[in-house]
Amino acid sequence: MLDTADYIALSILLPLIGTILIWMSGPRPNQREVVTVITATLTFVCVLQVLPPVMAGETPTLTVLQVLPGLPLEFVVEPLGMMFALIASFLWIITSFYAIGYMRGHNEPNQTRFYMCFAIAISSALAVAFSGNMLTLFVAYEVLTLSTYPLVTHNQDDEAKRAGRVYLGILMSTSIGLLLVAILWTWLAAGTLDFTKGGILKGKIDDGLVIVMLFLYMYGIGKAALMPIHRWLPAAMVAPTPVSALLHAVAVVKAGVFTVLKVIVYIFGADFLRDTGASVWLMYVAGATVLLASLVAMTKDNLKARLAYSTVSQLSYVVLAGALATSFSIVGGAMHIAMHAFGKITLFFCAGAIMVATHKTKISQMRGLGWRMPFTFGAFLIGALSVIGLPPLGGAWSKWYIALGAADAEQIIFIAVLMISSLLNIAYLIPVFARGFFGPKEEEQAQMTDTHHGHHGHDDHGTARPADATPKRIAEAPVFCVVPLWITAIGCLALFIYADQLYAMLAPIVK
Amino acid sequence: MLKAHLPALVIIIPLICAALCVLLRRKDWAFTVALLATWASFAGSCLLLVRAMNEGVISYEMGGWPPPFGIELRVDALNVYLLIIVSGIGSVVAPYARNSLLLEYVEDRAYMFYSAYLLCLCGLMGVSITGDAFNLFVFLEISSLSSYVLIALGFDRRALTAAYQYLVMGTIGATFIVIAIGLLYQATGSLNMVDISERLPKAGYGNTTVIAAFAFLVVGAALKIALFPLHQWLPNAYTHAPSTVSAFLAATATKVSVYILLRFVFTVFGVRFSFEILPTATPFLILAILAMFLPSIVACFQTNVKRVLAYSSVAQIGYMILGLGLVSVAGLTASIVHMFNHALMKGALFLVLGCIFYRIGSCHIDRMAGIARRMPWTMAAFVGGGLSLIGIPLTAGFISKWYLILAALDKGWWYLAVLIVISSLIAIIYLWRVIEAAYFREPPDDLKEVSEAPLNLLVPAWILVLANFYFGIDTSISVGVAEMAAKALMGAG
Repeated sequence: MLDTADYIALSILLPLIGTILIWMSGPRPNQREVVTVITATLTFVCVLQVLPPVMAGETPTLTVLQVLPGLPLEFVVEPLGMMFALIASFLWIITSFYAIGYMRGHNEPNQTRFYMCFAIAISSALAVAFSGNMLTLFVAYEVLTLSTYPLVTHNQDDEAKRAGRVYLGILMSTSIGLLLVAILWTWLAAGTLDFTKGGILKGKIDDGLVIVMLFLYMYGIGKAALMPIHRWLPAAMVAPTPVSALLHAVAVVKAGVFTVLKVIVYIFGADFLRDTGASVWLMYVAGATVLLASLVAMTKDNLKARLAYSTVSQLSYVVLAGALATSFSIVGGAMHIAMHAFGKITLFFCAGAIMVATHKTKISQMRGLGWRMPFTFGAFLIGALSVIGLPPLGGAWSKWYIALGAADAEQIIFIAVLMISSLLNIAYLIPVFARGFFGPKEEEQAQMTDTHHGHHGHDDHGTARPADATPKRIAEAPVFCVVPLWITAIGCLALFIYADQLYAMLAPIVK
Repeated sequence: MLKAHLPALVIIIPLICAALCVLLRRKDWAFTVALLATWASFAGSCLLLVRAMNEGVISYEMGGWPPPFGIELRVDALNVYLLIIVSGIGSVVAPYARNSLLLEYVEDRAYMFYSAYLLCLCGLMGVSITGDAFNLFVFLEISSLSSYVLIALGFDRRALTAAYQYLVMGTIGATFIVIAIGLLYQATGSLNMVDISERLPKAGYGNTTVIAAFAFLVVGAALKIALFPLHQWLPNAYTHAPSTVSAFLAATATKVSVYILLRFVFTVFGVRFSFEILPTATPFLILAILAMFLPSIVACFQTNVKRVLAYSSVAQIGYMILGLGLVSVAGLTASIVHMFNHALMKGALFLVLGCIFYRIGSCHIDRMAGIARRMPWTMAAFVGGGLSLIGIPLTAGFISKWYLILAALDKGWWYLAVLIVISSLIAIIYLWRVIEAAYFREPPDDLKEVSEAPLNLLVPAWILVLANFYFGIDTSISVGVAEMAAKALMGAG
């Protein structure tokens, strides 16, 4: 029988094996996509096998090899990583289905390379999630950056090249320039890089230097997109939508904020941070990022750009939660990783579906589109409400706990920040939905006969449509696009209902 | 019986086979002999590594004459490390030479190439293994003279001027070294390096002759190393030499020169004299930092990719000298590990450029536009080698950087650590220019039909690329031996 360590290894290896199989079945798209979906499903099943021991309070460990004396490549699963791995592997399945619909619907070139890099990115995201020490995490983090570079530059035109430069430039220079230095410094000071409950730095470095160290870590983790190193994220939106989903929800930014929490909980130790007060500056930077990014989002007319800035803002919720360093806020921050993953992936899927069906990317062009794509816009509303943080959707809980944490840490101002941010979220997300249903018709809509318009808007998707040139009442994106985005939308609901289980799972990390 | 003579065999086999190549003349025979000779030499070096690890320092008396009168071949951790680098790269590059365009150019004189190649290998191995100072100079000259020939074989007429420039600079360097050895002989009356180091304290550290010897030695070695600002010969030589030769020399020649510097400064003169009595560390550090930055910046503006890599080599030498200038076990470990790792990454990258040159007859960045679509395996190898040069985790380059930064932080010089990471970020810029050109631009019209490089070029290149990854994951040999060597060097003072 396989034991838990084998399942850890399999979770990371399966996507890599899948990469080879995808490559081999490159010329046969159907086979390639079946392989992708099967690999994704099997990977998720393997990750699930690791869950029961972790829920039982164990920390399954897998040591691969010693890279440097005393520094092995090692995987140790704890609740935080378990949650991230579950999200990443589950959303990979959904994204694979979506990608089939999107990439085909959009006639994208180089699809084999796309699926291959995607699988490698997932493998490295799972390695980030399961990593047992900072070196392993760093290795996986860099592999993730490099494997997503070909995805971001998928179109291989000048725009993609520029985006790729920003993407790689910021992520590489921060990770090598700051994070690596911080890791080496930690190694010298503490003599270990293992993730240890309560942290490894307490008593090992001067209290005054903790601020410097925290700075190196927080700005070294470029994937957390703290301002002003957030620019790679909006730049990367030139990529196809499944890639945006990967960046914003499945792996990349989640790996960033996950690392932030991991460093705060297991390297510094939340108590140590709170006692030294070293993270106060970080609260303000994160709070400012939350608000500023929301304000920038309001100015963006391109839907994907708006969502990208929304992500920048939402990521800083997690960083803020970490900086507050109370048990409520940290669990809230961890939950926010899950909540935001489901909310934002829904929104990006909707943006992509709109693009596939109508080739529209700007919000100002979307007037009246809701009647044409009611399923997509309906899901958009659910995702938006979750991101805003309204019940009965998952996002409400994480905000609640972060706010509780702010109260606990006696930083009342950040409760205000959270409230204002929610208002700003409403201001930039709801108009997209509203425009879809309430906005005046545009030219294209005007071509439709007025009698049809509106009355039959809610017809079932499956209604037979005449094949002739008569205007379509409902012209949804391909089924492969619409079903996934509804699954994630339902996920937002489920996360509200089952939040207590998630809380119970995560609570041990701060106890 | 044969085993006892291993230290001599690893240098004598290439030497004899070099002559054999000339006698055989036939292209294929010469190739076979050269291939077998390098492989035999590499196998011998591996056996020596095992022996040195088990038995400690191996001392071999040439012709049975005991040192310090006779020539001693001495194999300690550092020597055998260099032997492995030189013969290892030599054996990967040898099969590559066969198909390299060079041979079509000088078809009938191919045996001369193999002969010079083996001589160069013999010279570099000899420098690495000998325990005798004058003998070291002799082997250095063997390797230098043969490398001038190798460079001059370049496809391009400019190879001749490049070789000539190298000849002039290299001769000055070698002359300085021989002057230093002469002065040392005058001061101590011995040529055996261990013997000199024991006699030097009696000769007196304040002795002007000894100080002059030190100065000549350091400058001479710096010329051969191409330490900034004495690097002017290197970019031309590497750019215009045949691809095979660039790969071989870039991976080995400068490393062996760094070895000479390490051996003399740490073993012969000793740490106390070199760094406590004389203020050597600071100039080394300053030059190393300049070397890390200025040539890297120059590399960003080059249009010939071979030249980009050549300037990058000058910058990488800065890292090795930086480790030396830190004067600590950690620093020296970093420096020695980087010799090994840099040999792997530069060897790999130059071999990849050889593949490209073989197909399109140029390494100009504009000619390489869109090449990734035509030669995906070749460019993938370039990316792999490039990642190692940048220092991405799980590659050999990361290990070097890890130890170097650790050594700097260990001394408490955090600003040095910052400089190291900044300079390594410049590598991203100059490498990504190439990668962007190869992947994002449209190929020139006349190069639309280029096909993938032949396997006997591609396989050696990939062997080195994979070695970069292997030694980025399993560091027990590369770091383990280097650490031993570093401890021995520091302990010798």
